[in-house]
Amino acid sequence: MPKSIINFGLTIILALVLSLFLPWWSVMTAALATSLFIPLKRASVFFIPFFAILLFWAVYSFVLSSGNDYTLAKRISILLSLGGNPYVLILVTGIVGGLAAGIAAVFGKQLSLMLKK
Amino acid sequence: MKYFKLILSFILTIGIFFLLNTKLGSIPPIGKFLNPYTGVWQNETDESITGEIAISGLKDKVTVHYDAELIPHVFAQNEVDLYKAQGYLTAKHRLWQMEFQTYAAAGRLSEILGDNTLDYDRQERRRGMGYGAEQAIIAMNKDPETASFVKAYADGVNAYIKQLSPEDYPVEYKLLDYKPEAWTPKKTALLLMYMTKMLAGGDEDIENTNAIRLFGKERFDLLFPDFFDIVDPIIPKETDWSFIDVPQTPNPNTEIVLDSIAEVMDKPNPDNGSNNWAVSGSKSYSGNAILANDPHLGLKLPAIWFVMQLSTPNHNTFGATIPGALGVISGFNEHISWGETNATRDVIDWYKVEFNDDGTKYKYDSSWKDVTYRVETISIKGKEAYTDSIRFTHHGPVVFDKNFKSDNEKFGYAMKWIGHLGGDNQKTFLELNKSKNYDDYVKAISHYTAPAQNFVFASTEGDIALWIQGLLPNKWEGQGKFIMDGSDPRNDWQSFIPQQFNAHTKNPERGFVSSANQHPVDENYPYYVYNDGYETYRNRVINDFFSAKDKFSIQDFKDLQNSNYNLKAAEIVPYMLETMDISTLTKEEKAIYDEMAAWQFNNDIDEVGPSIFRQWYGRVYNMVWDEFDVEDTALDTPFTYQTIYLLKNKGDDKFMDILETPEIETAKELFLLAFKKATEQLQKLKEEDGDYKWLTYKATYAGHLLQALPALSRFDIPIGGDGSTVNATSENHGPSWRMIVEMTSPPTALGIYPGGQSGNPGSKYYDNFIDDWAAGKYHSLNFLQSNTATNAIIGTQTLTPSN
Repeated sequence: MPKSIINFGLTIILALVLSLFLPWWSVMTAALATSLFIPLKRASVFFIPFFAILLFWAVYSFVLSSGNDYTLAKRISILLSLGGNPYVLILVTGIVGGLAAGIAAVFGKQLSLMLKK
Repeated sequence: MKYFKLILSFILTIGIFFLLNTKLGSIPPIGKFLNPYTGVWQNETDESITGEIAISGLKDKVTVHYDAELIPHVFAQNEVDLYKAQGYLTAKHRLWQMEFQTYAAAGRLSEILGDNTLDYDRQERRRGMGYGAEQAIIAMNKDPETASFVKAYADGVNAYIKQLSPEDYPVEYKLLDYKPEAWTPKKTALLLMYMTKMLAGGDEDIENTNAIRLFGKERFDLLFPDFFDIVDPIIPKETDWSFIDVPQTPNPNTEIVLDSIAEVMDKPNPDNGSNNWAVSGSKSYSGNAILANDPHLGLKLPAIWFVMQLSTPNHNTFGATIPGALGVISGFNEHISWGETNATRDVIDWYKVEFNDDGTKYKYDSSWKDVTYRVETISIKGKEAYTDSIRFTHHGPVVFDKNFKSDNEKFGYAMKWIGHLGGDNQKTFLELNKSKNYDDYVKAISHYTAPAQNFVFASTEGDIALWIQGLLPNKWEGQGKFIMDGSDPRNDWQSFIPQQFNAHTKNPERGFVSSANQHPVDENYPYYVYNDGYETYRNRVINDFFSAKDKFSIQDFKDLQNSNYNLKAAEIVPYMLETMDISTLTKEEKAIYDEMAAWQFNNDIDEVGPSIFRQWYGRVYNMVWDEFDVEDTALDTPFTYQTIYLLKNKGDDKFMDILETPEIETAKELFLLAFKKATEQLQKLKEEDGDYKWLTYKATYAGHLLQALPALSRFDIPIGGDGSTVNATSENHGPSWRMIVEMTSPPTALGIYPGGQSGNPGSKYYDNFIDDWAAGKYHSLNFLQSNTATNAIIGTQTLTPSN
């Protein structure tokens, strides 16, 4: 299995487990840890955890919201000037989580390079 | 290079963490806020209404049946458990609101909103809100039973808060990035102070003082008469007062203090008011007395009311509660029903206080008295705390002095307010909830001090009654209409009207009682009462309605509560149309003139008449009172009724003249000038919004408590009416709870309010009553007679003792 797929899956699993006892930044911790042990190269260092967490947060929010007719998501989407569209809010949620995870992973990658020496 | 990349990526990581974990301006901490496992997505849910919940300290099981409107029907075995459950359930559905209102009451908003609310907080501290709440606690604690129930309520709220993890916090906590604190009996007292401020926190003493100084006594009396030429008081005119044997305080004829004051504190909305009425069996279609109540307050989300059924084996009560206070406030039990309207008496007076050189003493009765200090520390989010030291005199807090809205070292203005005197007002509601007849009702309300209310009453025994109840100073003629000299003891409140002499009526001959914030009594009542902003239109529509026929049905009650008939317009529009010179009107103006002439004075949503009237009359009013636009001088313009009286009867008075123009205008000219400007504005509105029908023009909305955040508010609610119609719905204000109760055994009741039972904007129950409310529909209140789920019940939750 290519490393990128392993990294992708592990980031999600770790994020899921850590979220049980850590606040929102558990996704940063998960991405950082994964990048230490399963280092990727170039752009994928950032993008694999980015998309992993984007998917995780977006799917989770979708599951929570779709069961309630997006009642609150529509309102929050207005609140954050996203035009009242719940799907845009779901996407933004994913991007926020992904961004935090991706950046943490870049740091993890740099750290792993240092540790190898 | 490697180190550089490492450090850079480290900084980026810390940076993104900080960015997403911090509240930036009005943007919530976005990572915390949006993550799906602790952020707002967790609030995307309806509330749980089944299962068992363990609550420590309960003596017995409490059963909570929810109906389809999410109204909890609470069955407890004793009163302590009942009020604990009320606290628990209110917190469950309205936690953020109930806490936020007490922050607002206490002047603590800066703790959560930062320094934009510092001025507001300072004002509330200077108004003595915290001081008043402490006095109320002292009064409540004198009655061990009240104290124990208030404590139980607090325990119930706290039991709920303890169950919460951060992901369960209501949306607003996540938005503002803070968390709930423990509830205390003092918070209940603060909530009651908040109501007192809302309903008895207004006065015009300072504005009146400026006005009499500027215009002289004769002109002042013309503009602000103690009684208008028509008065249709709450207590019928023919009432015999000969049983009153304590006289009014004699007038010491002290001098008015003719100071000039530039600024006053925020005032409650003058539209805060209500309707209530009851017909006796003889006037009822069924022979049972029928009662109605609709309090007019700001249209807010979460709604101000929370409806509950509260029962123990000894009593069974249903109606509207206020989150933070115990028991039902406007409602019914198996035997009686009751409701309130605001009594609007003058219970705030201002005293000019002279200080000694170092400001530690004030002059009183030709000697110097010590001031006491109350140090108020206002915590501010993200900033250092602000400390304000407030001087108290025997009158009350010195609100205005060199530290607040004034630069005078030597003088200040102290506020005497009924809200500072304490009072066990909670007890009145606890007892009303259990009252079985007229005597119980009278006993229950006798403790009640403030805000003075018109308590309407009806019973299954067939009695109807209305008491104007509050602790009311027995004032000398004219006392407290203007600022008084605080050093003269004759200006102090000398005594209070003995409670049994408060104006009231029981089973009056006319077969109905009613109140709509109008004059409580006519001039024959032996105590000093003057027009302190009394309503003059709704009350006459209501009384005319009940005098017009012999029998009234529930449908009649509904029709009256929803009546959009605008008596104010009916009393001035024909005169304006007739008097105005129309020879110079353009074709477009004439068209609007014809629309106005065709209007039947109903403020219905598809009419254009109400919009034309607002524009036209509003401009006439402002033109008449341009004399009141004086720089650095706080002034209130005269009341509508007197304005209309002057327009019709003294159209050539000097006040009609517009100061800015060289010509001398009379009412007739003002009508035309205002009409031309009004039509111009209406045509502009038509271009912008498509039409100027009342629906579009008024654009009624229910705004979220946080500055009406659009995302959490409801706009363009299709409802007619206006401030002076019986359906008193203006832009953001209106009937906040409509209730009709027929005194069958058990009573049969209807009720609705503009909101929903849930405080969670993610719940379908957040605003689900609004459409029916706007359409004038009512919901049947399922008054359960035993602890058995009927088919109206959609879920049952049991609260069980955890030990």
